[in-house]
Amino acid sequence: MSKVELNKEAGPREVFCGLTSIVWLHRRMPDAFFLVVGSRTCAHLIQSAAGVMIFAEPRFGTAILEEKDLAGLADAHEELDRVVDDLISRRPEIKTLFLVGSCPSEVIKLDLSTVAEKLNKRFLGQVRFVNYSGSGIETTFTQGEDGALKALIPLMESSDDEKLLLVGTLANNVEDRFKKIFNNIGIINVESFPPRQSTELPKIGKNTKVLLTQPYLSDTVRDLKHRGCEIIHAPFPLGVEGSTKWFLAAADAFKINELKVHEVIAPLANRARQAIEKHTEILRGKKLFLLPESQLEISLARFLHNECEMDLIEVGTPYLNKDLMEEELNLLPENTKIVEGQHVEKQLDRVRSSNPDLVVCGMGLANPLEAEGINTKWSIEMVFSPIHGIDQAADLAGLFSKPLKRNQILTSKTLLAPH
Amino acid sequence: MELTLWTYEGPPHVGAMRVASSMKDIHYVLHAPQGDTYADLLFTMIERRGQRPPVTYTTFQARDLGGDTAELVKKNISEAVERFKPKTLLVGESCTAELIQDQPGALAKGMGINIPIVNLELPAYSKKENWGASETFYQLIRTLLKDKVNAIEKINPQRWKSLGRRPKVNILGPTLLGFRCRDDVIEIQRILSEQGIDTNVVAPLGSGPDDIKRLTDADMNVCLYKEIAETSCEWLKRNCGMEYTTTIPIGIENTINFINEVHEKLDLSLTNKEELAHKSKLPWYSKSVDSNYLTGKRVFIFGDGTHAIAAAQIAKDELGFEVVGLGTYSREMARQVRAAAKDLNLEALITNSYLEVEDAMKKASPELVLGTQMERHSAKRLGIPCSVISTPMHVQDVPARYSPQMGWEGANVIFDDWVHPLMMGLEEHLIDMFKHDFEFVDGHQSHLGHTATRSLEHKETEQKENNINSNKKTGVIWTESGRAELTKVPFFVRGKVKSNTEKYALSKGLPEISDETLYDAKAFFG
Repeated sequence: MSKVELNKEAGPREVFCGLTSIVWLHRRMPDAFFLVVGSRTCAHLIQSAAGVMIFAEPRFGTAILEEKDLAGLADAHEELDRVVDDLISRRPEIKTLFLVGSCPSEVIKLDLSTVAEKLNKRFLGQVRFVNYSGSGIETTFTQGEDGALKALIPLMESSDDEKLLLVGTLANNVEDRFKKIFNNIGIINVESFPPRQSTELPKIGKNTKVLLTQPYLSDTVRDLKHRGCEIIHAPFPLGVEGSTKWFLAAADAFKINELKVHEVIAPLANRARQAIEKHTEILRGKKLFLLPESQLEISLARFLHNECEMDLIEVGTPYLNKDLMEEELNLLPENTKIVEGQHVEKQLDRVRSSNPDLVVCGMGLANPLEAEGINTKWSIEMVFSPIHGIDQAADLAGLFSKPLKRNQILTSKTLLAPH
Repeated sequence: MELTLWTYEGPPHVGAMRVASSMKDIHYVLHAPQGDTYADLLFTMIERRGQRPPVTYTTFQARDLGGDTAELVKKNISEAVERFKPKTLLVGESCTAELIQDQPGALAKGMGINIPIVNLELPAYSKKENWGASETFYQLIRTLLKDKVNAIEKINPQRWKSLGRRPKVNILGPTLLGFRCRDDVIEIQRILSEQGIDTNVVAPLGSGPDDIKRLTDADMNVCLYKEIAETSCEWLKRNCGMEYTTTIPIGIENTINFINEVHEKLDLSLTNKEELAHKSKLPWYSKSVDSNYLTGKRVFIFGDGTHAIAAAQIAKDELGFEVVGLGTYSREMARQVRAAAKDLNLEALITNSYLEVEDAMKKASPELVLGTQMERHSAKRLGIPCSVISTPMHVQDVPARYSPQMGWEGANVIFDDWVHPLMMGLEEHLIDMFKHDFEFVDGHQSHLGHTATRSLEHKETEQKENNINSNKKTGVIWTESGRAELTKVPFFVRGKVKSNTEKYALSKGLPEISDETLYDAKAFFG
C-alpha cells in the first residue's frame, strides 16, 4: 500500500444523512416508493435536497411521527399500517415499498422489519415491502444506498449462471455504455443492481462476479459475499485510469486477455485524455481540499491528482473502509493526507490556513466559503451527474475546472468595470 | 402519523435557526444528529447568505447513545462559546434529541457560562417552523428583558412628548426566510420616517442581544408579521404596557390604516392625509381603463396567514377581483383566516396538504392563483397563471431588486406581480383563438414562463376534448353542435363551462347537450 497519511477526527459534522440517497434511488427504480418513517425534519430534509415541487406527486414521502405515536409502539405500528393502506390505494402502480428508518424511529425502536413482514403477508402478490435505515445516527449521505441495496438481497433468487454484476446506482446512459464496452471486451452477461425495475432483480450465486461502481457499499458487498458471489477488487470507474483498471479487473476475473481490453479501450482512452487536457490546463498545479460528504472523495482525489495534475492538500472522507478502498489508496501519491470523520470548525480552519484554489464541499458551506474568496465545488453534484466511465471523464474534470474558469471570467470583468 | 409528501413548514428548530441566523452575536447549540445540518443550505443557498448560520450541531451517533451524550452536549457548548464568543447562547434540541432527554438547556445553565442562556424547548412532534421562530424570539426577549421590565414604569406610547424627542418604535417580526422581509423593513422605515417617527430597533433581522435589551426605549412596537412577533409583542404589552400595531401594512387601504393606527397610538397628528392616497401607483393603475379586463377575475388564494388575508383584501377591494378560494397552512392563524373567508362568503381551507389545496384549486376553477411556490407548480399543471405571495421560500423569492410587499412600493410590486401573469394568460388565450390563422407559427409561445406547461396543457385540452362526447359519470351525451360550441369557449374556462352545462342538463333531465343547451345553461348560471 502506498504510504498515505491516515487521520481520524471527531466533532460537529456538516454532512447529509442516509435518507438523502432516496433522491437518486427513486429515479433509478420508477416502480418503487420510499416511505420514511420519521419526523417533520426528515420530510423537510428530503424536500430541501430533492427539489420536490417539480413532481406532481413524488415517489417518496414521510410518515411523520406525532406525539401520540411516541406514547405507545403498538399504536405506532397500527398507524403505520393505516398510512401504508392510504398510500397504496393512492398509488396502485407501486411494486416495491421501502420502509426507511430514521433517527427518531431508531431511537424509539420502531421495528420496521416486523412491520414489513406483516405487510408482505397482507399485500402478497401486489406489493413487496423491504426496510432499511437511512438514519443520521447510523448512516452518512450515500450510505443510504448501501442500506437499500442490502435490503433487496434476500429477495434475489439464486442462479449459478456466470455473470458480471455491476453494483451501485448508475445513470442509465452510463450503464448502457458500460454494457456495450463489456460486450466488446467479451463479457456478454452483464446485469445491474439496483435494476431499472425493482421487480427485475438479478439472480445471484457462486458464478456471479461483483464489480462495484460506487465506493459506499460495504454492507451490500458483505451480503453478496454470503450469497456466494465473488467480489472483484478494483479502483472505481472515475476517470480514464480508474475506469481502465476497473475494466481490466473485470476482464481478469473472466480470464480475458488484457490485450483485448486495451484494444477496446485504447481509442476511448485517447479521446478522453485529449478532452481532459483542456481542463487540466486550468487545474494543473492548483491546490485541492476535499471536505467529507459523498464518500467519493478518495476516488475523486486520485483522478484529479493523477489525471488533472492537481495538488492534494487534504482528502476528507466520512468513513473509511480500507478493504474496499485499498486499490484507490494505492494509486494516491505518497503522504496524501486523508482525514476520516470531521470536526467541521477545525477543518475549516485548515481550509483557510492552507489557502486552497478549490474546495469540494456541501451546499451549506459553499456560499460562505465563496464569500471568503475561496472557490468551491458542491459535492452533491457528483451523485446526480453521470460522471462514471471513460467517456464521462472529461465531464467530470469539467465539474472542477468550471468554478475556476468562472472565477477568472468574473474577476476580469469586475476589474474592467468603471467604479 | 401523518403521510406527508411535501410540507409547507419545517420543524420548529428551523424556526429557531431563522431567528438566530437573522441576528448577530448569537450562537445556537443544537443537540442533533448529523443530517440535520441540511438546514444550513436553506440559508446559504435559498437566501444566498455568505455566512454560515451561527449553529453548532452536536452530531451524536448511534454509538454515543449508550454512553454519555450529555458530555457531548457540554463539550460542544464550551467549544462554541470559546470559538464564537456570542453575547447570548441559544440551546435546544431537534426531534431525535428530544427523545433522548438530555435537557441541553439545563446542562448549559449548569456550566457556569457568564452569558445569558436561552433554553429552547420546541416540541418537534406537535409544532412547526413558524411557531418555533415565534417561541424563540419570545424566549430570547423574555430572557434578556425579564429583570428590566419589572424595574421600569409602564410605557405610555405618548411619552415621547414629555421626553422632548421624536416618537420612536420597534419593528418586530422580520427574519431570514420570511417572505420579502428584507425589503418590507426598508419600506416601513421609510414610511415611518416620512411621518417623523424614528425606528428604535428592528428585530430579529439585523439586531443583536444589545438591541433586544433596549427594546423598551421605544414608545411602541410595530408587529410586522403576526406569525413571528405577536407573542413577543403581547408579552411586552403585558409586562411593560407597550402598545403594538395590529394592522399589517400590505395594500393601499391597510398601509393607510397602519399609518393611522400608529398615529393614534402615539397621539401624533397626521398632517399629510391627502397625500397618502397618491403615494402608490396601484390605485390609478387599477382604475385605468386598461384594467377593465381585471374586473371580476376569479382568484384562488393560499399562503401563510398574514399574506393570504392581505391578498384577499387587495384582490377584492383594490383590484376588483372575485376571490373564489382562501386558505392557509398557518394553523396558528386559522381563526383569522376563517373570519376573512366568511366575509367573502367562502369557507376557509386550513390544511398542510398541498394535494388538498390543488383539489380545491381545481374545483374553484380560478383564472389566477396567488399562492406559495407549491401552488405555482400546481397551477402550472392546471394551466392557470400564478403569482407567489408567501413562504416557504424559494431562491426566486429573494430577488436582487428591491421588491417589498408592504407599503406603497409593495403595492406597486403586487400590482405588477399579479397582473403580469394574467396578461400572459390573455396572450395565451389570443394564441389559442388565432392558432388556425395562416400567419400563426405553430408552437409559438408568448413567453418563457409557459413553455413547460403548454404541451401538458394542450394534452389536457385534447384529453378534455376527447372526453367531450359523453361524460361517463353523468351519462349525458354531447351532440355535435354542443361539442362544436364548447371548443369555442376559451380554454381557461372550458372545464367550468362543461361541468356547469352537464350539471344543468342533469338537473333538467336532458339526455343530450346541444349548442342551445349550452346557452341555456350559460343564461341559467349567469
